[in-house]
Amino acid sequence: MADIPPSKRVTVMVLLRKLINILAPPAYQPAPVPIRSRGRRRKIAIILFLVLLTALTVGCGAQPQAETTSTKPVTITVFAAASLTEAFTEIGHNFEAAQPDVKVIFNFAGSQQLAHQLSQGAPADVFASANTAQMQTAIEAGRVTDNAAQTFVHNRLVVIYPADNPAGLVTLQDLSKPGLRLILAAADVPVGRYSQQFLDKAAQDPAFEADFKDGLLTNVVSYEQSVKAVLTKVALGEGDAGIVYNSDVTADIADQVSRIDIPDDLNTIATYPIAVVSDTESPNPSQNFVAYVLSPAGQDVLAKFGFTGVP
Amino acid sequence: MAQAPLYWRRTPQVVTPTKWPEKLLQLLSLPLLMFIFLPMVALFVRTPPESLLLNLQTPQVVEAVALSFGTTWITVIIAVILGTPVGYLLARYDFKMRRLFDTLLDLPLVLPPAVAGVSLLMAFGRRGMLGGYLDFLGIDIAFTQFAVILAQTFVAAPFYVKAAILGFSTIEPELEQAAALDGAGHLQVFRFITIPLSWSALLSGMVMTWARALGEFGATIIFAGNYPGRTQTMPLAIYLGFELDLDVALTLAVILVGLSFAILMIVKGFLRNEVPQG
Repeated sequence: MADIPPSKRVTVMVLLRKLINILAPPAYQPAPVPIRSRGRRRKIAIILFLVLLTALTVGCGAQPQAETTSTKPVTITVFAAASLTEAFTEIGHNFEAAQPDVKVIFNFAGSQQLAHQLSQGAPADVFASANTAQMQTAIEAGRVTDNAAQTFVHNRLVVIYPADNPAGLVTLQDLSKPGLRLILAAADVPVGRYSQQFLDKAAQDPAFEADFKDGLLTNVVSYEQSVKAVLTKVALGEGDAGIVYNSDVTADIADQVSRIDIPDDLNTIATYPIAVVSDTESPNPSQNFVAYVLSPAGQDVLAKFGFTGVP
Repeated sequence: MAQAPLYWRRTPQVVTPTKWPEKLLQLLSLPLLMFIFLPMVALFVRTPPESLLLNLQTPQVVEAVALSFGTTWITVIIAVILGTPVGYLLARYDFKMRRLFDTLLDLPLVLPPAVAGVSLLMAFGRRGMLGGYLDFLGIDIAFTQFAVILAQTFVAAPFYVKAAILGFSTIEPELEQAAALDGAGHLQVFRFITIPLSWSALLSGMVMTWARALGEFGATIIFAGNYPGRTQTMPLAIYLGFELDLDVALTLAVILVGLSFAILMIVKGFLRNEVPQG
């Protein structure tokens, strides 16, 4: 080391830096730009950046600040199936209006995903699942007491297709027409499981050809991970048809998709259980929320969104 | 840089004047390294070798692995063919749109892949901007392996271009000019001067692109959908397996981690041996 003259040492450093750059290229670094009037430009750029950042921070931060009043509301977290998104959002607003000291936060996702999150210990106060199987997962994980779950609503399956009907779909039998692009939910998503049950029932039905189920399954182009993904892709026209819940065909999307009803004897009636999570930190507001969902006020909202209430 | 005196090469320790900062730095590096290392170990501990071997034979695993490798190498080739001219342009020339182009290439690196998926759908989907024309030509993209490759290319190709820019810009233009003066054509200069001098950067760019494409999830699930054997790549199978069959997810995760690590290590070792002659 000592025999390297100081003037050479700089060269060595430069070479090493080049070498390091080649070995582990800093991929995000743009190539050197010729120097212009850098100082002033940089100043302007920094100021612009800071102004933008401040505007965004203030813009986003202001809202919650304005909302928090002097009384501190209790917050409850509701894990709800994706198909409940619109109905529960409205129920949540109504519930908050009725009980100003409670704030409801929703986590909407596929029930199977929510059940897994609960099993992994995700903090939640209420769980509303789109089928009993995923509620059972939560019960087995010890997050819901055995008899705490109660059915709060039913839902039925419906076949949807884009409003301009690119595949010329008329009857349910057409679903097995070669070349049709069908989108289903994956088998572990409740609606996917219900769809399979519909296929099994149709396979037994004389109104359908013997190879209906096989023909239909070869038409499937994608198994989506939530009912809302099926809906969106059919509404976008990426698929020619899909199977979703009756409640998914909301007013928002009614002009983009049309529907074919599945008759009762083939339809699987989806059962939605709801329960307060056993280790909730606010049992009373959570219990109130469940009661509100079961009350006429809650059931009316659910009916409005195409669900079938509990008798 | 080839004119450097020979003796410095024999003393690789020149940058560390004393010993103790290295030890200290090693100690300070430990938390982050352990934070990355531990989950990887946990993955392997949680997956016993016998269940790994058993799950390796599941059709879902085989299909996902085959699909992932079948699509990612095509993605790398597309990135090289389409990315090399872009990299050379941005490394060698300064023009008005330069910064715009450069920033455009940054976008896929910073945006969430879900945004990439939605934008691809809006452009190439059946009702997308170009969808009508593609439909007219009889080209069907959505829900095909081609869609998987498009999603991967969109998200991963900039890694190659960025590396190429860096590789090309480290070459002294005088070397290329000298070759041109000696009568070499544009292609000959590129083939015999530019590529050999920058190939280590190009190679590491390819590896980065490959690795990123292998891990692509968000854009694929939105744009290409999920169908086992057709569009269900390893990350999709891991995500859906997590909900359906954890063992499948773990097996695929172990394969992904093991292979990525091995290939990155090999390429790094390869580059280390080759570069000092440059």
